[in-house]
Amino acid sequence: MDDLMTVVDWSRWQFALTAIYHWLFVPLTLGLSLIVAIMESLYLKTKSEKWLAATKFWMTLFGINFAIGVATGIILEFEFGTNWSNYSWFVGDIFGAPLAIEGLLAFFMESTFVAVMFFGWGKVSPKFHLASSWLTWLGASISALWILVANAWMQYPVGMEFDPAQMRNVMDNFWALFSGIAVNKYMHAVFSGWALAGVFVIGVSAWFLYKKRNTPFAIRSIKVGGWVGLIGLLLTMWTGDGSAVEVTKHQPMKLAAMEGLYHGGYSQGIVAAGIVNPSKTWNNAEDEYLFDITVPCGLSILAKHDLHAFVPGIADIVNGIDINEAGDTINTVSYAERIRLGKLSHEALRAYDIARANNDQAAMAEAEKQLRENYQFFGYGYFDSVDEAIPPVGVTFYSFRVMVILGSYFLLFFIVALFAVYKKDWLYRITWLQWIAILSVPLMWICSEAGWMVAEVGRQPWTVQDLLPTKAAISEISSGTVILTFWLFAVIFTVLLVAEVSIMLRQISKRSKGNLEIDNH
Amino acid sequence: MITAKKIWYFYYDGFRSMTVGRSLWVIILLKLFIFFVVMKLLFFPNILSRDYDNDDDRADAVRTNLLKKSH
Repeated sequence: MDDLMTVVDWSRWQFALTAIYHWLFVPLTLGLSLIVAIMESLYLKTKSEKWLAATKFWMTLFGINFAIGVATGIILEFEFGTNWSNYSWFVGDIFGAPLAIEGLLAFFMESTFVAVMFFGWGKVSPKFHLASSWLTWLGASISALWILVANAWMQYPVGMEFDPAQMRNVMDNFWALFSGIAVNKYMHAVFSGWALAGVFVIGVSAWFLYKKRNTPFAIRSIKVGGWVGLIGLLLTMWTGDGSAVEVTKHQPMKLAAMEGLYHGGYSQGIVAAGIVNPSKTWNNAEDEYLFDITVPCGLSILAKHDLHAFVPGIADIVNGIDINEAGDTINTVSYAERIRLGKLSHEALRAYDIARANNDQAAMAEAEKQLRENYQFFGYGYFDSVDEAIPPVGVTFYSFRVMVILGSYFLLFFIVALFAVYKKDWLYRITWLQWIAILSVPLMWICSEAGWMVAEVGRQPWTVQDLLPTKAAISEISSGTVILTFWLFAVIFTVLLVAEVSIMLRQISKRSKGNLEIDNH
Repeated sequence: MITAKKIWYFYYDGFRSMTVGRSLWVIILLKLFIFFVVMKLLFFPNILSRDYDNDDDRADAVRTNLLKKSH
């Protein structure tokens, strides 16, 4: 058992490590490809070389990020097959379809149009080149769609029926995969990429301003990056609000963990800043927070768009007070009962297995019927106590606040940046403001990664919500290999990241010394 | 045939005229080699494909495994 938990923990760390590194590259690809396409459109419209030079400069940085980041996500699929073989079989039919579409689209669209973007200057018509730039952006965005649809299905499994003979969930409604969770998650991730790229462009441009090199180029770039970033951030906030409503409906435990809320109520406040009490559990009487500043009714508004709505806490949910599909508060199945029903479904599967070995069709049909009755609680059958079904509250709580606080900061950041370049040009000459812009670049990545921490840590202990916990999803492998590959990946990805940053810095420095008002390349 | 030739020269000239791209391509190829040859072949087999011949056997293995984990 100890070794099982070691394998589970190391596999989770390994997946987290590779996913976090992968997500360092992806949002910049999603956002910077859009900024490049907009700049190239401005070039075609104005026929001005300054826009051509700007397009090529940012395209170079896009190319570096694309080259270093490409295929880093494939590692996650390797891990599915080795570390998470139970999981990958259990969900294979559902997960396979979106990932196969993603693979084909990513390969054909991105590899074709990225090549035209970089090799096509002067060889294809300007309009075809522009179309390729837009299609690169579109291809990257569509690739993200399938990954996020698959991820959303794990958070809210729908559109399938479990077949005990095949031991997998068989898709019976493809379109059900595009649930509210999936749509909001997709848009939230893609728009956050626009915001991230906006901060990146402004940060790099601020360095140009600090060095007093190519100031008109920097201002032009801030204008495009600022608008893309501001629009992206506003849309990220809007879809984040939509995600919160969906999480309330389908993953109320995650919402409660995000808030560190154990005992909910009507007109529930939201903690703007606070420290959760690490000793607090769902069944003790300790205070939830060591310190908190709470905005009255905030959580009720966030969760249900209703000032007076009831929002359940962790203890309420464990005890069977939940929210139904329509968003109404209801008495539902307690976690203790879910564990009992989950174990019943396991017994039914065991009976099915025996009947199948004996080729007893009637017994198989009866066992399958009993399995279906409690299948919605199948995953709970793996727990010995309700404590195992509660996500890590501290990490989820703090990640949520890091994301929201930094997100709010970046709203101000974009407004000030645009105000400076359009209205008050003395503002962008202030050295400390330039440094704030430069130093804000890594903060945007922290904000973006914190969002994923909320989504993925908050849904623990599930790989597939309610159906398959991590400890059941894991393969029968030794911890030694997982530990070894964890460190190998840590080294490889760190080397890639260092390579990306150093090549980018070298290019930025080199090109900043040239004239970016004319096309030199 | 002419189209194929054009596409070939499009990529050929593109790669030849690269500046930053050359070091990037070295990184890409090295990375792909490490991922697909070293990591995939040595450390990341698809366990169910490796250990079982057909889907029925794989389903049985997963059923046994999931039931074993449920105490």
